Amino acid sequence: MKNKALTAFAALAISAPMVFAGGADDDTLAIDGQEMISKAAAPAHMADTAVDTVISGWHFREDDTQAMQADTFDNPGMIAVDQAMDAWNTVEGSAEKSCATCHEGPESMTGVRAVYPKWNEEAGSVRTLAMQINDCRTNQMGADAYKYDSGPMAAMEALISVQSRGMPVNVAIDGPVAEVWEQGKELYYTRTGQLELSCANCHEDNYGNYIRADHLSQGQINGFPTYRLKNAKLNTVHGRFKGCVRDTRAETYSPGSAEFIALELYVASRGNGLSVEGPSVRN
Amino acid sequence: MASGVKPRVKVPKSASAGDAITIKTLISHPMESGQRKDGDGNPIPRSIINRFTCEFNGQSVIDITLEPAISTNPYFEFEATVPEAGEFAFTWYDDDGSVYNDNKAITV
Repeated sequence: MKNKALTAFAALAISAPMVFAGGADDDTLAIDGQEMISKAAAPAHMADTAVDTVISGWHFREDDTQAMQADTFDNPGMIAVDQAMDAWNTVEGSAEKSCATCHEGPESMTGVRAVYPKWNEEAGSVRTLAMQINDCRTNQMGADAYKYDSGPMAAMEALISVQSRGMPVNVAIDGPVAEVWEQGKELYYTRTGQLELSCANCHEDNYGNYIRADHLSQGQINGFPTYRLKNAKLNTVHGRFKGCVRDTRAETYSPGSAEFIALELYVASRGNGLSVEGPSVRN
Repeated sequence: MASGVKPRVKVPKSASAGDAITIKTLISHPMESGQRKDGDGNPIPRSIINRFTCEFNGQSVIDITLEPAISTNPYFEFEATVPEAGEFAFTWYDDDGSVYNDNKAITV
């Protein structure tokens, strides 16, 4: 009896590190059978960091959460995609146009999510997907802009992301965007708030470790917009940035600000090579 | 009046006779419980899906009564045996009298 108990204890001791470790697991992500690149060699610009493999946040989540994302029917984020599909075909604004008037079906957006944020020659600035959506709405449709991190915006981003699902993120970091990219990189390594934490402190130095009861991921944004179980809605990249900066006990930048645009460009480029997963499911 | 209500159903296209198949259903609906108050302190009227049924060739498979405690976008997953080829009919009943339908055919 005692022997049995000891054996059980030994088995527990051996398996315990497996159960409680917060690191990336070795599962394979296939969404409705379509395999995703959820681990990839780190892009060249990360050579001076300790990160040699970039890993999707999906690997840091529990099996149940992972399964939710692997089946589009179970993925609650897909409800928003349906809603955005309706919005896509809805005529709005003074020009009496819908998205479909110019772009036809959302399939025309294939590949778009993978390369944003990117340089816009006409505007002479870096544009995120959200800015491009709002540019279309205000200049082409004559409609009101969506609030930067609102539900309809997240849903439209999700619809556009789905078209590129599985395609590797390939954000350009050279040429005209280089300056903004450098600014984003600096923000990534700048400590903020009373806790004096930078993005890198958690997501580069400590990914896979615990932060309170949760695992730290690499903070990749290839899966955005993300359906979070915690607030039961789609969350935008800038909404997440804001939450992270707030958690360092700092005054945050606002969603849509120049700082967050630069940071989005830099963080997106850290995920170059990973599949677009949006809308993903996370804690 | 609930807006943006959209039923979604996942049923395999074919099955063997007598086999148990898994059916997943989801309807996007706010499921306003009637317990909450708006900014001015007035109660927000209840607006939920109160009944969900599934029938196979006219025969009842499942009949569910929903209560206000059920959260947004109610999701049901259940199993059914398919004796013959036919059609599943799914029906959701809203508090406001609206009825939402979806049908899925299955071959054996």
